[in-house]
Amino acid sequence: MDRIPIAKIGSCLFATIQVDMHDRLALALREDLGSELLRTQAKGVLLDITSLDTLDTFIARLLAGIGAMAQLLGARTVLVGMRPAVAMTLVELGLTLEGVQTALNVERGMALLEATR
Amino acid sequence: MNIPLELVSVQTDDDLSRVRKAVSTCASSLSFDVMSRTRLVTAASELARNMLKYGGGGVVQIEKLRESSRVGLRATFEDQGPGMADTEKALTDGFSSGRGLGLGLGGARRLVDEFLLDSQPGRGTKVSIATWVRNR
Amino acid sequence: MPSESKRIPASLTVMIRSSGQEILQEWLSEQLSADTLRLDLIDEKTLEVESQEFLAVLSSALGSEELVDFERPAWQPVLSFLDELSRARDHAGFGPIETASFVLSLKQPLFARSLENPEKQSSKEEIWCVNQVLDHLALYTTDLFRERREATILRQQEEMEELSTPVVKVWDGILALPLVGTLDTRRSQMVTESLLEAIAATGSEIAILDMTGVPAIDTRMAQHLMRTVAATRLMGADCILSGIRPQIAQTIVHLKIQLGDIKTESTLAAALKSAFRQSGLKVQAEG
Repeated sequence: MDRIPIAKIGSCLFATIQVDMHDRLALALREDLGSELLRTQAKGVLLDITSLDTLDTFIARLLAGIGAMAQLLGARTVLVGMRPAVAMTLVELGLTLEGVQTALNVERGMALLEATR
Repeated sequence: MNIPLELVSVQTDDDLSRVRKAVSTCASSLSFDVMSRTRLVTAASELARNMLKYGGGGVVQIEKLRESSRVGLRATFEDQGPGMADTEKALTDGFSSGRGLGLGLGGARRLVDEFLLDSQPGRGTKVSIATWVRNR
Repeated sequence: MPSESKRIPASLTVMIRSSGQEILQEWLSEQLSADTLRLDLIDEKTLEVESQEFLAVLSSALGSEELVDFERPAWQPVLSFLDELSRARDHAGFGPIETASFVLSLKQPLFARSLENPEKQSSKEEIWCVNQVLDHLALYTTDLFRERREATILRQQEEMEELSTPVVKVWDGILALPLVGTLDTRRSQMVTESLLEAIAATGSEIAILDMTGVPAIDTRMAQHLMRTVAATRLMGADCILSGIRPQIAQTIVHLKIQLGDIKTESTLAAALKSAFRQSGLKVQAEG
């Protein structure tokens, strides 16, 4: 089965989410991030969603779930690169991503994780 | 005048991305702007997932709508599941017959121009959404 | 019977063809003596040329069809002529009634001729046919007028909407959005869209929503603002509200609208200062 690769950069875990994130891929990512956080003791998780063109409630909740899980494991989660249309749709759906920070791009996201470490 | 574009059967989780892809491709072919397309695809994803979760799967019919002065896209989600008694209540945020926050139906309705829900206990559920191409 | 009532009597075509010149002359003198004549907008020569041309295309359409059916290609030249004429007259300053009167005034000379027809039945049919055709064509010109007005209104509306939602880059990483007037659902969507797109395009982390030009606010508009802020934050940028008038501040308190943790500043200048501080920039006087 396909899995989203997770890289470790410094004390952060980094994953790029592809164009269409189907449910099993997202569930596997949560699982993998959990075990990687335990194994590496990383202090931050950076999720790049620049190429994601839709984000429905299932995936949004799963992302928030990753944030909550990471928090329990002592790491902060930053979501970067959300597209304008995706941001607007999420707000119209009535969703907020509690427990997850956001940044414009990978660079800013990294800076945010480093600054608050 | 309605022109059928695509018919997608939804039986497993993997079919949800097929629905998103089909709606996205059709919307692009009718030159929807990015915002409208994203809203429509997201609404379709919510409805297809609902259909899979509560209706035991079903079919999605995608049509092009053509009126004298405008063009639109409609997607109809039809299942043979248990249906529901109170459709008004099902559209209220926070209500859900399964788990989750229940933003699905009400949320999807906010994302599209037209929304029709037809359901009766024991007779399945039919949801139809439509959005028109914005003149800009 | 609809098909019978739409029949074009052959005698009518014959009549127009055989006495076209006389009809034209009568029609012209009719127009020149009418109340709706506007010699300030059109000269006599142009009026004559237009009348002659209209009579010619009309006669040719009537002659090549058996039934009155404006969908048929034979009527296309008549409709095109009227498109052109109504556009030109609209441009010259004619009102819709004056343009329609041009078409309707042709009834008089045609009726007069038809009444001379000794055959009572033919005469009746001719008058009925002329009446139908000219009424339809006159309505067609007013319809064209309305369509052009609607297109103008729509264009102006779009221009106004564009003008009223300018996103200004005030500094590297800082955008300002001066809001003017009230925001309905449609406009607020446009405002939010253009702001979010500008954030993505410029990589700006701070957006100042300046409300100096907003006279009043209601619950709905406040909700729109909250959504704009929420979407901006999801993208990873931050919003500052500025220039909230005292009346609006009162309304916000009165309506118990929760602005949550949105940062607010009294003026656009104060917001800009705050944005500079947030970005680690310092404005200093030279020397």
